[in-house]
Amino acid sequence: MSTTLSPEFTLGTAERLTCAHCGLEAASGDARVSAGAMYCCAGCETAASIIKQSGLGGFYALPERRPARVSASGRSYAEFDHEAFAAAHVRYAADGLAEATFYLEGVHCASCVWLVERMPMIVPGAVRAELDVTRAVARLAWDPKQVSLSALAQALDQLGYPPHPFRGLRADEVRKAEERKQLTRIGVAGAIAGNVMTIALALYSGVFSGMEREFERYFRWLSFVLVTPAIIWPGRVFFTSAWQALKNKRLHMDVPIALALAVGYVQGAVNTLRDGGPIYFDAVGTLIFLLLVGRFLQHRAQRGAADSAALLGALAPVTARVVDGDAVKEVPTEAILPGMLLEVRPGDTLAADGVVERGSSSLDLALLTGESRPVSIREGEKVFAGTVNLSAPLRVRVEEAGITSRLGRLLRDVEEGARERPPVVLLADRIAGHFIAVILVLAVVTAGMWWSTDVYFAIDSAIALLVVTCPCALAIATPLAFTVAVGRAATRGILIKGAHSLETLTGRGIIFLDKTGTLTEGRMVLEAYDGPSEPRAWVLALERTSRHPVASAFAAAWSDVAALEPELVEETLGGGLEGRVAGHSVVVGRPEWVLARTATLSDAVQSLPPLEGRLTPVLIAVDGVVVARAGFGDPLRPSAKRLITQLGDAGWEVRLLSGDAPSVVQAVASTLGIPAAKAEGGASPERKRAAVAAAREQGAVVMVGDGVNDAAAIAGATVGIAVRGGAEASMAAADVYLARGGVEALPELMAGAKRTTNVIHRNMLVALGYNAIGVTMAMMGIIDPLFAAVLMPLGSVTVILATWRAKTFTPEAG
Amino acid sequence: MSVLFVLVPLALLLVAIFVGAYVWSSRSGQFDDLTTPAMRAVHDDEGVTAPLPPPEAR
Repeated sequence: MSTTLSPEFTLGTAERLTCAHCGLEAASGDARVSAGAMYCCAGCETAASIIKQSGLGGFYALPERRPARVSASGRSYAEFDHEAFAAAHVRYAADGLAEATFYLEGVHCASCVWLVERMPMIVPGAVRAELDVTRAVARLAWDPKQVSLSALAQALDQLGYPPHPFRGLRADEVRKAEERKQLTRIGVAGAIAGNVMTIALALYSGVFSGMEREFERYFRWLSFVLVTPAIIWPGRVFFTSAWQALKNKRLHMDVPIALALAVGYVQGAVNTLRDGGPIYFDAVGTLIFLLLVGRFLQHRAQRGAADSAALLGALAPVTARVVDGDAVKEVPTEAILPGMLLEVRPGDTLAADGVVERGSSSLDLALLTGESRPVSIREGEKVFAGTVNLSAPLRVRVEEAGITSRLGRLLRDVEEGARERPPVVLLADRIAGHFIAVILVLAVVTAGMWWSTDVYFAIDSAIALLVVTCPCALAIATPLAFTVAVGRAATRGILIKGAHSLETLTGRGIIFLDKTGTLTEGRMVLEAYDGPSEPRAWVLALERTSRHPVASAFAAAWSDVAALEPELVEETLGGGLEGRVAGHSVVVGRPEWVLARTATLSDAVQSLPPLEGRLTPVLIAVDGVVVARAGFGDPLRPSAKRLITQLGDAGWEVRLLSGDAPSVVQAVASTLGIPAAKAEGGASPERKRAAVAAAREQGAVVMVGDGVNDAAAIAGATVGIAVRGGAEASMAAADVYLARGGVEALPELMAGAKRTTNVIHRNMLVALGYNAIGVTMAMMGIIDPLFAAVLMPLGSVTVILATWRAKTFTPEAG
Repeated sequence: MSVLFVLVPLALLLVAIFVGAYVWSSRSGQFDDLTTPAMRAVHDDEGVTAPLPPPEAR
């Protein structure tokens, strides 16, 4: 690096340079220097220049900034200005402002909030921006007279937050409404429980120090009046849920809970009216409150799992250009019918499946297949919705559109996969049936034991038993342990959406791993070079002009070679580069393409052994003679081999399921020690889903993947795990998202799941232990409401403390 | 001690008022996002516009 660097960024060794915007290490081949600062990529450079021009340089002083590379898509977002888009997503307020909600990619920390909410300073005409960082959803308000929505979208995109229209708005509002209802119930139940307990305290003091009869009656009536709304309003959820379960002839924890609440309340009411005997109003009030809190935690831990299809829908374009005679008009995607002729310009996303009628270009299929290399297509070839046209305009005759297109089917697969998935019956609900049977038998036995002595005492004791065994601690043991584990895991870069998955991950079963991006780095690396070192500088000079993955792989591998200026460069899509450097004519590209230009091979190249099957070959010719051969591959992550061994030791059957060529997948499998029969290559998204569904019949199935092509399989697996760096759609379909590089966090996830389940089991034992004490005392006839009121919260508090102290996802627990 | 016959209902009236206020605030969405406002508070005010009113208010 000959440029003088300002002290704004750190300079470790000659190869270690840190980007001034994102703070990540920049590969020196990609690094670019502007205005005295160095950036790792064009995205970061653009973002930084926007931030500085808007006077927002304070961004770099924010202490909570987390390193993340800017990945601008560079799209035009022209479809955002179309009427059809506005009709579906934009709302107009009375003051002339427009408002829309977007899902933003790449939102991860407090500094993102800072930057996004300063949109009004960056784009004139933007009025307000509000970001919900946990859900990565932003609401934008702007003045349509001053600025177009596409300009806003482009600005967000350049800052590294590509926006997608938020199509799950309705589902999101339903969920929000449900959450608000739950919070309201908790608040009401809590206020009532607190006040009833205060009154109960007076009553219990009266037991020991004496109390005038009229005050005792007064307080008993007050408790009765207070607790009644708690039963009718917040407590009703338990009765309706228990009733549903009984109607469907199933049993879960709500059945014993509803029984205890009903019995306690009725007994208390009767005893208030007849002015004698125990009332359980304080216990009933506290139970409702604690149980609602547990239920809310459980709901919170599982939210977000329903977004999958909404996000995938956001991947299709909103409008398309239809050729009508001589004119080209823009229509909403919904209006496209088979037989129409579409014009697809470079940068456009295809809106429908069809056959190319005119033109040839290259397509980015990453969305559908996970393939990162551009694929060239020509007239007569089939193209699919959701792929991006990269280089030249195309005319496409539509064959399938909307939900019958391949993207539409994939989208439906994700939904169906999620629906087909067998519900995970949690341990707590499995034991509920046995629990209620035992409790009812014990209650009858207790009543029978005391019946001959005193009928009223027998009934009182039986009811005391039912109330005191209300499985409150048991019911909050599971959600609490899950919630704590989910929170701790999040700080370790493991985001768990479906809390149930932790119970599955402790068991044995089949685990499917995607290859590209999951086990491998997901990028091209120069792994083999056979040839003289002199042409390297000439090749680099050509490749610097290209944005092809091979070009960046050359640049990364030969960062020590001083680059020259090419005199003339021409790029052929799907072929390679040719040009003149330092007086030599140089050709670099696919073997067939290079050999079509230069049939002569140097002796050294002729005598080379064939390249490993895993690698993609590239030939280099100088002045009419092929002088060198390079091999590109996608290297395995360093931790991959150890991971496979660890998973095998933990009792999982590891299988590979990849969309890459079978020969490549087999080569990787043999390196990792996976039997050839358990590694499948060339798997389409549909095939992946089918493989997962078939394996599910044998037990628990875990699918680990990164691309949209894995999304259906991830949604259909018992537990779906998405890996960082992949498409956000697969993340939405998954139960667990590993935000740390690749699959490294997988063993930690498994170990944490094991520990969490242990905590749950221990909690259940503690809860059952308290219940056993209560049962014994009730059967002996020595329990009274004070004991019940102390014993029950004590059980819950023990469970809460034990859960908090448990090390589920901490580094030292490893 | 018969003052209790007046004081306790008065206290319960206060409870009812606070519960009412809580129910209103939770129903109007003030507890929807508890993470972002906390982050917003530590940023300086430069360039920040008034937050959007909740969707129901419009």
